[in-house]
Amino acid sequence: MARWESVIGLEVHVQLNTASKIFSGAGTAFGEPPNTQACTVDLALPGVLPVLNGEVVRKAVLFGLAVDGEIAETCRFDRKNYFYPDLPKGYQISQLDEPIVRGGHVMVDTDDGPRQIDLTRAHLEEDAGKSLHEDYAGLTGIDLNRAGTPLLEVVSEPQLTNPREAAAYFRAMHALVRYLGICDGDLSQGSMRCDANVSVRRPGAPLGERTEIKNLNSFRFLEKALVFEIDRQIDVLESGGSVDRETLLYDAERDETRPMRGKELSDDYRYFPDPDLLPVVVTQELLAEVRATLPELPDAKRERYERTLGLDARDARWLAADPDRAAYFEAAVDAGGQPKAAANWIMGDVAAALNRDGRPPSMIPVPAEQLAKLIVRTLDETVSGKIAKSLFEMLWSSGEGDVDDLIAEHGLKQVSDDDSLTELVTNIVAANPAQAAQYRAGQAKLLGYFVGQVMKATSGKANPRKVNELLREHLRAE
Amino acid sequence: MDNLGTLTGIRDALGAKAASSVEIVRDCIRRIDTARHVNAFITVCEEDALGHAARADAAIARDGMRGLLGVPIAHKDIFCTDGVRTTCASRMLENFVSPYDATVVARLRAAGAVMVGKTNMDEFAMGSTNETSFFGPVANPWDVGRVPGGSSGGSAAALAAGLVPAATGTDTGGSIRQPAAFCGVSGLKPTYGRVSRFGMVAFASSLDQGGPMARSAADLRLLLHHMEGHDPRDSTSADEAPTPHAPQRTMNVGIPREYWADLGEDVARPLEEAVESLRRLGHRCHEVSLPHTAFAVPVYYVVASAEASTNLSRYDGVRYGHRAGEPADLDDLYRRSRSEGFGIEVKRRILTGTYTLSVGYYDAYYGQAQRVRRLIRQDFLDAFGQVDVLLTPATPTPAPALGALTGGVDPTVMYKQDVYTVPASLAGLPALSIPCGFADGLPVGLQLIGPHFAEDRLLALGEAFQRETDWHLRTPTVPEAA
Amino acid sequence: MEKLLRLSALSLETDERSLLQGDLDKIVGLIDAMQSVDTRGVLPLAHPLDGTQPLRADAVTESVDRDRLQRNAPRARDGLYLVPRVVE
Repeated sequence: MARWESVIGLEVHVQLNTASKIFSGAGTAFGEPPNTQACTVDLALPGVLPVLNGEVVRKAVLFGLAVDGEIAETCRFDRKNYFYPDLPKGYQISQLDEPIVRGGHVMVDTDDGPRQIDLTRAHLEEDAGKSLHEDYAGLTGIDLNRAGTPLLEVVSEPQLTNPREAAAYFRAMHALVRYLGICDGDLSQGSMRCDANVSVRRPGAPLGERTEIKNLNSFRFLEKALVFEIDRQIDVLESGGSVDRETLLYDAERDETRPMRGKELSDDYRYFPDPDLLPVVVTQELLAEVRATLPELPDAKRERYERTLGLDARDARWLAADPDRAAYFEAAVDAGGQPKAAANWIMGDVAAALNRDGRPPSMIPVPAEQLAKLIVRTLDETVSGKIAKSLFEMLWSSGEGDVDDLIAEHGLKQVSDDDSLTELVTNIVAANPAQAAQYRAGQAKLLGYFVGQVMKATSGKANPRKVNELLREHLRAE
Repeated sequence: MDNLGTLTGIRDALGAKAASSVEIVRDCIRRIDTARHVNAFITVCEEDALGHAARADAAIARDGMRGLLGVPIAHKDIFCTDGVRTTCASRMLENFVSPYDATVVARLRAAGAVMVGKTNMDEFAMGSTNETSFFGPVANPWDVGRVPGGSSGGSAAALAAGLVPAATGTDTGGSIRQPAAFCGVSGLKPTYGRVSRFGMVAFASSLDQGGPMARSAADLRLLLHHMEGHDPRDSTSADEAPTPHAPQRTMNVGIPREYWADLGEDVARPLEEAVESLRRLGHRCHEVSLPHTAFAVPVYYVVASAEASTNLSRYDGVRYGHRAGEPADLDDLYRRSRSEGFGIEVKRRILTGTYTLSVGYYDAYYGQAQRVRRLIRQDFLDAFGQVDVLLTPATPTPAPALGALTGGVDPTVMYKQDVYTVPASLAGLPALSIPCGFADGLPVGLQLIGPHFAEDRLLALGEAFQRETDWHLRTPTVPEAA
Repeated sequence: MEKLLRLSALSLETDERSLLQGDLDKIVGLIDAMQSVDTRGVLPLAHPLDGTQPLRADAVTESVDRDRLQRNAPRARDGLYLVPRVVE
């Protein structure tokens, strides 16, 4: 029997990083005491009214421009009606028929190389509060600090074909919104969450019935939830059953999806235009103003890294995928660091140290100028590669200092002058006649033994290239 | 009771130091108490009002008179007042104390007006008789067996009974104009967006408009001046210049024939006399047509109920308002809190609105209503191509008896009474209701409708009419409370 | 009616329910009068004035006095509003 294929579409909810909420002047800081960021408007007190935050519109427009979508000249807000305690008004202000952005596309790295995924739309809406399920005498506590935080909901076409691709799309979206500076991208704080619509079918068959998995807040959970759900749907269909259209939650602890109860669910949301808000007009002036702030995006960066900096495709893509990493790389290159060497440092020692310390790329303690200097001093053979690595560790752990000062202070300058090295090599060869004889008899790997001896004698500061050269010369000479 | 006098008269007396604010406010509070059987007030703030009045007197003595300093005013209990409970005449908000002032309240406070209390109204402004109030019906001071109209029935009755010289009201489909007509007082529904809706408990957002109620068009002008203006907290608030005070001029007055077709003889006669008075003043009156008038009531009840049904979703017993005891679960908390907290008319409108917004019905109801709404507005825009203002009856009948339109009676009978007031609401137009005579001892009101932001035209014509006539100065003799 | 009550989060006693059921039928009869209007080609009118949405500057302008705001709360503890247990 033919295999199954899966069809996946994602709705990514991007929290826009504004100072105040989408419809009120309350703050949006994360982690504040409950209900201290919820003003009269967020609490939906009688008589309060929403007023749209202009920055929210700008950020959505910036996103629309970045994905080459169509920015609506006029868009509208609607009410989506349902009762839930984290939704104070009893409706969510969202955009149904007239979203701010239509269409657009993003490039996603798939197993088969980069692939374009089309977007259906991106619309603005307000976030809900949080229900805290710890026990408050058998009751649930409601914290409305998050209520009214601006969200941009980005809806993809159902073009993703497998869980890895879906996760890659989510990553691409994550990189993009951080590049644009419209979202802090902190998944652990829920700054980006995604809902996945998934169905399976036989190749060539019409689309199967889909399910929706809600509230996935990590790349890994998205992938795992989809893997589980696709297998579940296939099992159901292969055992003669049918997939029900339902809304699911992913339980990360049990690694399974299960139907959602109650929350946000209604069979009739009674959408209608919010009469408290007027049509939003994106003027040509606003469009031009926002367009002028559009930064260089990952794809353009990647291309530039390959074409003008000579990086290979894989390295260029990896560096460009994260705006902070890319910015660090570019700063190091601007400060005189050779691009290929800078890329190697960042992919190697920098990435390892970040990983070890559990830091994001925005928190690299070594200034890019120092990394550049380290590269320069390695290439001009002031220090050896090995010494460079220890210098990097010094800079990383202290978070300060200058490469040249450290070299001078710790006497790390590489010994490269012929006279002193020749004398040292001569002495060491003379002191190890047996090994010298074996080398000459054809045991070439003993060269390493001699190099080690020289390095030991110079505390690692001898120029390895010179040492190799001189040793070969001396061992052959006798 | 003797006559309290007009707002302008009281302001002038305060300015001339012929009276003190404390005296006037104390007098109002005494009057409110004497007429407590009228039930015009839900809350009276004697202590706060007297304190405020004393400070106003000191300010007048120090710096002289300004604005409405020391003038007593009553707010419809739909306006949020910081620290004084705001009930919207509902059990749902029986104990709700707003932590902020509505913009209208704040502006009048800043102008120096002294709030003496909060007036009774139909629950959440839904009703045309003031009988849907959780705090009981309001009596019409002209005949305590009759309704004062609604929903701003408490404000209208308080003015008619001479309890206060000025009050605020709100008008969604006639809630200022109809009670003003029934009680023989003056009321203005400004252009939608003229007066901020911030802090006004929402009924139907695309229709709601706060406005002044008083004893004369001149008093309305004075109040409007201190209520209007752009408010950054209300997205639908218009950024419009203040209402000017243009000189009197001759106007073309349109009489829409659709408004007179089914009018009873008792109401028609005073209105015809009013038209004659205007002609005598040199204004030209001629017939015009607003062909979609008959559809205004259906459209209004679709739009208003739909918006109301979701505006009232916030009353869920979680953050404020009535909460049912011992809820079994969340659904039980919602359903019982709301069912106990809302009266029957509110439930009726919520269910109607939910129905018209439902999947499968949306386009036939809400969609169609919005399209017909455009046609109704276009009728007016076309008419204002020919005339300066429109003159119509404010209501089809004088005030009905208590209970005549409620309590098991087909609700559409009451809804149809709004036939003359809802068209201007749907079109967002300013409309003035002023007394123009009596039918069987009950006041009859006329309505003047103007183009958007042409309040000045309405007030000018109203003032001219009130210089010619004295209907607005007539006062009922209210029997004192037992 | 059951669906309307659920969507509206209302419950009604039997007599109230039959009364409102009857009223609703009458109201639908009233509003159906507008169905006869030919509205082909007519755009819906959502607001009486043809305004556009003003945009607010992105600034924190509201200070939140939680205790004061929660004085109206029927049940609150530790700054949280309490509701019967919610199952997701």
